[in-house]
Amino acid sequence: MDLIKTIFSDPEVWQITILSLKLSGLGTLFSLVIGLPLGTLLALGKFPGRPFILSMINAGMGLPPVVVGLMVALLLWRSGPLGILRLIYTPSAIVIAQTIISAPVVTGLSAAALQQLNPRLRMQLLGLGANNLQMIGWLWWEARLSLFAALMAGFGSVISEVGASMMVGGNIRYQTRVLTTAIVLETGKGQFDFAIALSVWLLLLTFMINLTLTFIQQKGARN
Amino acid sequence: MNSLLEIRDLRVRLGEKIAIEVDHLTVDQGEILSIIGPNGAGKSSLLLAVARLLKPEQGEIHFRGRQITKSSDTQYRRHLALVLQEPLLLDTSVSNNVSLGLRFRRLSRSEIKSRTSTWLKRLDIDHLSKRSACDLSGGEAQRVSLARSFALQPDLLLLDEPFSALDSPTRLRLLEELHAILAETNTTTLFISHDLKEASQLGDRMAVILNGKISQCGTPAEVYKYPKDDEVRAFLSLPVN
Repeated sequence: MDLIKTIFSDPEVWQITILSLKLSGLGTLFSLVIGLPLGTLLALGKFPGRPFILSMINAGMGLPPVVVGLMVALLLWRSGPLGILRLIYTPSAIVIAQTIISAPVVTGLSAAALQQLNPRLRMQLLGLGANNLQMIGWLWWEARLSLFAALMAGFGSVISEVGASMMVGGNIRYQTRVLTTAIVLETGKGQFDFAIALSVWLLLLTFMINLTLTFIQQKGARN
Repeated sequence: MNSLLEIRDLRVRLGEKIAIEVDHLTVDQGEILSIIGPNGAGKSSLLLAVARLLKPEQGEIHFRGRQITKSSDTQYRRHLALVLQEPLLLDTSVSNNVSLGLRFRRLSRSEIKSRTSTWLKRLDIDHLSKRSACDLSGGEAQRVSLARSFALQPDLLLLDEPFSALDSPTRLRLLEELHAILAETNTTTLFISHDLKEASQLGDRMAVILNGKISQCGTPAEVYKYPKDDEVRAFLSLPVN
């Protein structure tokens, strides 16, 4: 209990918490910007290679964060192809890695959500004079609960990952240290009590965010 | 009479199979053309091809004398309204469903409100306007679907067996109402049905589709009196020679 109190009174913990939420939130947002249109294209489009791309996306849903971390680190490393951007060990590098982790989840689940809709609904909307954008907008509306679940799954995949954040962020105090990397650090130092308290706080935080998102999702559910 | 719709050398393929082939078909302004045939004959494929929702392998569709091309699809569809067998209403209020196509056309707010209200009343569903479309019975949902289409004041109405999933009394009542509305609005209509009585009751002309081709087209009296061949005769349940 004392430890929980210590955590809440420690400004560094708050800074780490806010940074974690900010980076994971941005990663999820970018993955939504990429994943929703891509998932829609894969669900509604008919083009060669579509099943292959879909299977790649589905495989990407289980992409190990450390592998993503390694890929991003190789790209952003000073001597790497994007080294000139000087992004390695910055919060931006973490956002890039988390977007790569989360995007396949959002894309794959969005595609599945839209494929579950009655295919004739699309014809009906076009038959009422909708253009393609209007039609897609209403399909998103009809699949909104599943799309929201895709968003929650995307957020869940990045708030809990540690490998990529550690590799591309470097766990630098006040700069790139997030809750998961802080837990790894405290465990490494043998500060198990503090690591457990941080873990409980991360779990609680994830639970509260998902509770809020679920509440919003269920408000939009059919009666 | 002027022809509103003209179909030339149309062929639609679904996979390996030719779904429908039409050499030539015209529909005049204000006419109701009933399209009948057994299940799988190609009736719905013809309707969806007319709505440019199925890509034809070949052929042309002319609307008011102009050939419809891919680039003019949306503009063309805004002259039509489509009612399918399932009402396919959206998960929003009845009123929002009825005004849907009007909003697609970006009409003024007052115009949308006025037309929505008119057709909610006309189809006797104004008391349901605030209710969620997911909570309706089959008959109510099909009324909403009809109101949604008539609110568009379409030049061409495409009806794909709209009452086939309804129970008999509801179906008869809706058919009567549809008949009255079509007479009142003089809407050019393609009406698909596999019910011969329904098709001959509603249609000025009747096209019999068998095995993906129009076997015969004429007034219901002509088709019944002079069936073209034994296949048509058998489909109409008339004694075969």
